[in-house]
Formats: sequence, C-alpha cells, structure tokens
Amino acid sequence: MDNLISFTDKGLYCAQGNFYIDPWKAVDKAIITHGHGDHARFGNKNYLCHTDTKPILQLRLGNNNYETVKWNEAIYINGVKVSLHPAGHIIGSSQIRLEYNNEVWVVSGDYKTKDDGLSGKFEPIKCNVFITESTFGLPIYKWKPQQEIYDNIINWINKNKENGKTSVLLAYSLGKAQRVLQAIKETTQTIYAHGAVFNMQQALINAGFNLTPVVRITPDTPKELLKASVVIAPPSADGTSWMKKFQPHSVGVCSGWMQVRGNARRRNVDAGFALSDHADWDGLIQTVKETGAEKIFVTHGFQSAFSRYCYEQNIAIAAEVKTQFEASPDLSEGEEFEGS
Amino acid sequence: MDDVRASFHSGKNGLGLFAQLVSELSSSTKTNDKLQSLVDYFATAPDEDKVWVIAIFSGRRPRRAVSFSLLREWCAEITQYPHWLLDECYHTVGDLAETLALLLPETKQQNQINKNLSHYLETFISIEKQDVSVRKKFIIDSWNQMNRDERFVFNKLITGAFRIGVSQKTIVNALSKIVDLSSSIIAHRISGNWDPVTTSFEDLLSESASVTDFSKPYPFYLAYALEEEPENLGEPNEWQAEWKWDGIRGQMIKRNNELFVWSRGEELMPDKFPEYFILKDLLPEGVVIDGEIIPAVGRKPLPFSILQTRIGRKNISRKQLQDAPICFFAYDLLEYNSEDIRGFPLHERRKKLEEIILPIKNNSIQISEIINFNSWSELAALRKTSREMNSEGIMLKRKNSDYKVGRKRGDWWKWKIDPLTIDCVMIYAQKGSGRRSNLYTDYTFAVKDGDKLIAFTKAYSGLTDKEFAEIDNFVKRNSIEKFGPVRTVKPELVFEIAFEGIAASNRHKSGVALRFPRMSRWRKDKTVDEINTIEDLKTMLEMYGK
Repeated sequence: MDNLISFTDKGLYCAQGNFYIDPWKAVDKAIITHGHGDHARFGNKNYLCHTDTKPILQLRLGNNNYETVKWNEAIYINGVKVSLHPAGHIIGSSQIRLEYNNEVWVVSGDYKTKDDGLSGKFEPIKCNVFITESTFGLPIYKWKPQQEIYDNIINWINKNKENGKTSVLLAYSLGKAQRVLQAIKETTQTIYAHGAVFNMQQALINAGFNLTPVVRITPDTPKELLKASVVIAPPSADGTSWMKKFQPHSVGVCSGWMQVRGNARRRNVDAGFALSDHADWDGLIQTVKETGAEKIFVTHGFQSAFSRYCYEQNIAIAAEVKTQFEASPDLSEGEEFEGS
Repeated sequence: MDDVRASFHSGKNGLGLFAQLVSELSSSTKTNDKLQSLVDYFATAPDEDKVWVIAIFSGRRPRRAVSFSLLREWCAEITQYPHWLLDECYHTVGDLAETLALLLPETKQQNQINKNLSHYLETFISIEKQDVSVRKKFIIDSWNQMNRDERFVFNKLITGAFRIGVSQKTIVNALSKIVDLSSSIIAHRISGNWDPVTTSFEDLLSESASVTDFSKPYPFYLAYALEEEPENLGEPNEWQAEWKWDGIRGQMIKRNNELFVWSRGEELMPDKFPEYFILKDLLPEGVVIDGEIIPAVGRKPLPFSILQTRIGRKNISRKQLQDAPICFFAYDLLEYNSEDIRGFPLHERRKKLEEIILPIKNNSIQISEIINFNSWSELAALRKTSREMNSEGIMLKRKNSDYKVGRKRGDWWKWKIDPLTIDCVMIYAQKGSGRRSNLYTDYTFAVKDGDKLIAFTKAYSGLTDKEFAEIDNFVKRNSIEKFGPVRTVKPELVFEIAFEGIAASNRHKSGVALRFPRMSRWRKDKTVDEINTIEDLKTMLEMYGK
C-alpha cells in the first residue's frame, strides 16, 4: 500500500486526498498547521486551517480562499478523514490527523507540550505514523517551568527600572510576543511595541482574542515616555537604528536557543531567557511514546540525532526527512516574515 | 543563564554567587557593567571566596584535577545517554563543561546546598592525589547539590578550563572600590607568587599587610596599536623608537640575591632558560627589568617559531641551546636599588637601564636598541625594513612618560607592519565554540598544488557576525561529506588570509605553519581559479621564514 503521506519537492503530500500540508511551493490545496512564515506560504489556491489561524493568515498573506475548521471537527477529502487538533505552539496551531483505510497518520507541525494559556492545550494523538518536528531534539534542551522563567523576566524588568533603563524584550511577533505580553502585563501600565508586534497584537485583538493592548512606537513617540519603560520588538529590530531611541537600555531575548550560553553571547544580548514555543527533549520523547506510533518521520531540527535515539531505544522505527521548515539556530524560531 | 542574570543578588551566596558573577560577566557587553558586577560580588562574597576569585581571574586557576573524559563517563552513567548523543550535544554547545551541566538531571530546589567556592576548590585540592573513586564520589555528590549554573562553573574549575573575559585592570579597579589601597598597589599585591589556600583576603589586601615575596613582578604596561598617522603624535624628538620584537614579554627580577623570570601571568621555570642562570651574578641587586624573551644568534633575533619549538619541551637539548639560544632584550627598568622607579620619566629610566646592561658582555642579555630618526617619514621608511630584522614593526614611547599599569592609551604605541596575505579557498568547516557554538566558524583553507588543493592553515576570526552567518548557511547547503564535527565543503569561497609570519613545519602537509592567521577579507570578487599556489607560499617561506 502506498504511504498516506509522501515527501515531495513541494512539501508533505497526501496523494489519496490530493492535498498538501504546509507546502513550500504553491499548490492547489494546502492544509496549514499554523501561521509562521515557513509553514504558511503565499500562492496556494485553497487554504484549510483552524478558525484561529485565519486572522493571522489574512494579516500575513492577504485575502485568499480560506476554509476553516475547529479542533476535532472531521471533514472528508476524497475518502481521507481529516481533523485538526491543538498543537500548543501558537494561537491556532494544529496537528493534522489523517485517517484512511484504518491507518492513522499525524503531522505535528510545530508543537509544545506545556500549556501557555493561549494556544490551546496540546494533546498527543494515537496514530500509526507520526511526523514530528525536532527543533530542540537534543537532551541539552530541557525547559524550566514557565512560571520560573516569567518570574525571571519580571525581576529583570524591575531591576532595569530601578537603574533607569528601558527593558527591550526581543520576541517573535507571532507567538512569543503574545505569550510574553500575557506574562508581564502586570509589571507596568503601558507596554510599548515595535510596529510588527503591534500589528499582530491588534489583528488578534480585533479577531476577538482577549489580549493585552500595546502602544505602537512611532517617530513621534516622545523619548521621555520610553525612559525605563518596557518595549517588545521582533529579533530583527536588534542592532538597527530603531533601538537608539531607548538609550539607556538592556536587551533581553526570549528564545529556546538562549539555553546555550554561546548563543546569547554571540548575539551580545544582556539577558537571555530560554522560553520556547517548542517541545523540549523530554516533551518530544514523551509525545512520540504517547502517540503509540510504530513509525515516525522526524523533520526540521536535530532530526538525525533524535531519530537515531528513538530507533536505538526501541521507541519507534524512525527516519529523518528533509523539509524546508526552518529550525536554524536563529532567535526567532521561525522565519522573519514581517516588514518594519 | 536566564535565572542567574535575572535574579541578581537575591540572597545567594557561596558558589551560587560566583556562578551568578560569571554569568553576568560573560553576558554583559560593557566594561562598566562588568566592573559593577565585580564590585557587587566583592562587597557581598565571603572573604575566603574573594581570595579564590582574585586568584582565578589573575591567572592562578586551579590545576586540572579530573579529565573531561572521566566527567563525560560519569555523566553518561547518570543520564544513561549513549556516547554518540553526548558527542552530538557537545558539538552543538561547543563547551564540554556546559554540555554536562545541561545534561545532568536538574537538582530539586529543596535539595540544593549552597557551599562556598573555597570549600569545593580546597576539598578538591585535598583529594587530588587520592583514588579516582574518592574523586568521583566527591564530584557526583557535589553535582547533586548544585543547580545548572553552579555545575557549569564547577565543571570549568575542576577541569582547569576556566577562562573569562575580564582584564586584570577591571579586577584591580573593582577591588580599589572595596579596599582602601591605590590601584597600582593592588595590582602589585595580587601579582607574583601566592597561594589562595594559605593566603587570606586580609593578608593579600589589608593596608598593613606586607608579606615579603621577593619574586613579585610588576604589572606590565601594554601598548595599543597605532591607528592614525604618527604625525599626529607631535614632535618626533619627544618620542623614543625601538623595534617591536616578537617573543615572550618578560620581567627579569634580581632581589635578595636571587633571579626570577616572569612572563605575563606566570613565573617561568628557570630550567627552561638555562642561559639566564649567569645573570644572577651579572645583574646588580634590587633591579627589575622589563623586556622580551627571544631567541637570538649573534644578537640578531630569530623567528618566533624557533622559540615555540623550545617552550613546549620538558628538557632542553644541547642542540636547541646551540640553535636557538635565548636572549633577554631589555626595554625598561622598573626597580633600581630596590626602589620602585616606575614614576620616573622614561628617559631617566632608560639612562639607568643602559648603565646596568651595556657593561654586561654576555649573549644572554642585551639592550633593545633605540632607533635614531629625525622625522616621521624617515621612521616610516625604516619601518618598512622591519620584517628583514625579524621585527613586527616599531614601538613608540613618549620620553617623559611614566611606566603605567596595563593597557593604556597615550604614551606607548605599537606601530606594526602590515601583515602578509594570501588568497585561498575554504575546504573544511567546523562548528565554533563559546559564542560561536552551533555556527560553522572554524575553517580550513587550501591553496592550489597543480590541479589539486592542499590545506595549509585554519582560521577562525576576522569576519563580522553577519558574514559568519552567511558562510554558515553556505556550509550547510554545500557540504560534501561529514567526518564527525568536520564538514568537507565545496571549494568555492575565496578568502584573503592575513598572517604575521611563516615558518617551515614538518607537522603540516603543506610544509609551512603561519603565525596568527586570520581572515582579512572575503574575496567575493575572486574564483577558485584565481587563488595563490603552494609555490607562492614557499617563496614567502624563503623570504621571511628563514
């Protein structure tokens, strides 16, 4: 029997249903796991995604032919039963479950196993074949409890305030920014934001999410207002002249890559917070076990180490797959997609 | 690192406080922030820990008491991870001490015990010679008391691999805010021979303390590179010019009828430099001379590579003594008649130095000659002949300057010659370490050898972070093979490598070894066909390496 999903040069393809999942070239029908740029690309004729992902795609890709479903709501495409399930990565992020001829395949997309209160609680899905990401698939990546990291961020902000410094937190505008904002909203009256973060936050608020509003920084924002304030910006803003407005400031980066000292030092940042929207090593291993999958395909990340370990430890038959999903050791944990 | 950076001085002490200091120092980018971290540390840490921190930061790191391979073994035993996975992690992190700290299971908060840094180090020294099982138990018990950041510094310390980017000057400045002594006195007190196990903070830095250590050197005065035109320095007659020699900067001390030789940071074993024995009798009592340790035949210096072949050896052979006899090129006089004369102007110190050195007719010491010049353009012309002299350029010292502590601008400048360069192609890449972990930043380069390519040097530095990121991307997309951490890369990217010297080497297939190679330019305008050849390198060796 043919595989339910094959790996083609356009992306993950289900021949039976004639659709792709997160394709990197334009196709007729694409199911999108979540709104990050390396998973949701331009040019597809038809998009299928979770209800919460639609406003994100509209902001980033403009108006297209979008079809939405809720979690656990099954639809049939040429006999293939398709359903979406929470992946816990960012708002709307979903795992894609396919069932055909009594065989179940699950594509994880990007996922995190800890509940961040925004993205929906991740649940492992029983399946025969599991296609998993492996962004942090090495045992050096084991996250601290998120509350502990939030406390550290808040302490850092308070310390900067005492010293009259502006706290500039670098966080990817979709996902990390919303999460960090929820965590620090109590620390200060007003939180300022870079245009990219502002646009995303506003789009999500307009779509009905109960999120903290932020104030957009414009060339007219008086410097005095920004003194000792809290600013959220995407990683791409670091080192640009835009940052000069906040002197004196301290720069903190929120990213799983901050787990390793060298990454923080290379970026010359003042503080690194290992806060990730991906599963850590334990989360990945645990998930593979809980899906009960006899076979796994490991995509973007440390796929060779992770698949070898799963295979050697008899966790599952594992193969590594090359995709064009990003897992480069960049701070953004995803492609930078926005302009200014 | 996040928790340490962010929790600041929240009731931590002992090793935890030290781990926090290390985190702050390695992540802060401004000298003032580093200084503040050190001041905070010295203001709160227990005295017995402060002494150790001063010792560690002034180059007296504890000896390696356990090998990395044993630590790795024990970590594998605890975590049950296969060795290949530990290797994979290590290549990603780029630092074994940190890798182990990240892999070991986190100690629950309630099980963490906060002991002093001195406790761990001194216990370690006390069991240094004992059976490996004793050391193993101590290390595993210690790991179980520590959090991740504490384990990281602990692993660094016990493997003797501790390095941190803080200058001695910053340490001294921090201490001067805590104790009531001037910076130059502090700098002098913390140099020389003292043992953190037997020396208390009081002994080291109280106002009244006066431990007599006859071997104690002075902190070196170091020059910055001259980046502007020398004309901007003013009148030529206010300046003393000397050749800049390429050896080991050293201090020769004769006190209490004993001779001591120091390099920057360590006392040199007298048996490595038997040529100097005789100077104990030839030098007057109570002098300290600043100079350069350098091999020279008939008073002409030899290339640095010749000294290197000697430093590494345990025993010096008769042949080495004959082929590469060591001389001391005297630059300056810091102590005269047992009196500190660093505050005297240079021309007075120089006069006394000449009085001492010139009468000594012995091949083991000579004065660094003054270059006579009347105009800057005349000196510039002389500078062009540096390489033929086996010199790196010219040193400029203001005649009325005092002898300062550390690297200071204004009175001393090094005016180096332009480096040698060669165009070549990158053929291997490996991930870097420290701040470059997880990026391909360590490269091997090749020149043409007929139709083939021949590797001749590695280089790690000289590019911007942006360029490194770009090359990293290229490496990931253009790897041909993978040998462990090394990737063979499609030979396509051409670089100009700059270096300070070239020497013959039978350890390298190319037959040459370069001194201080670094990437000076990424030649995007050149293709592999246009790079230099092995013949070009051999010509350079003939011209500059003999």
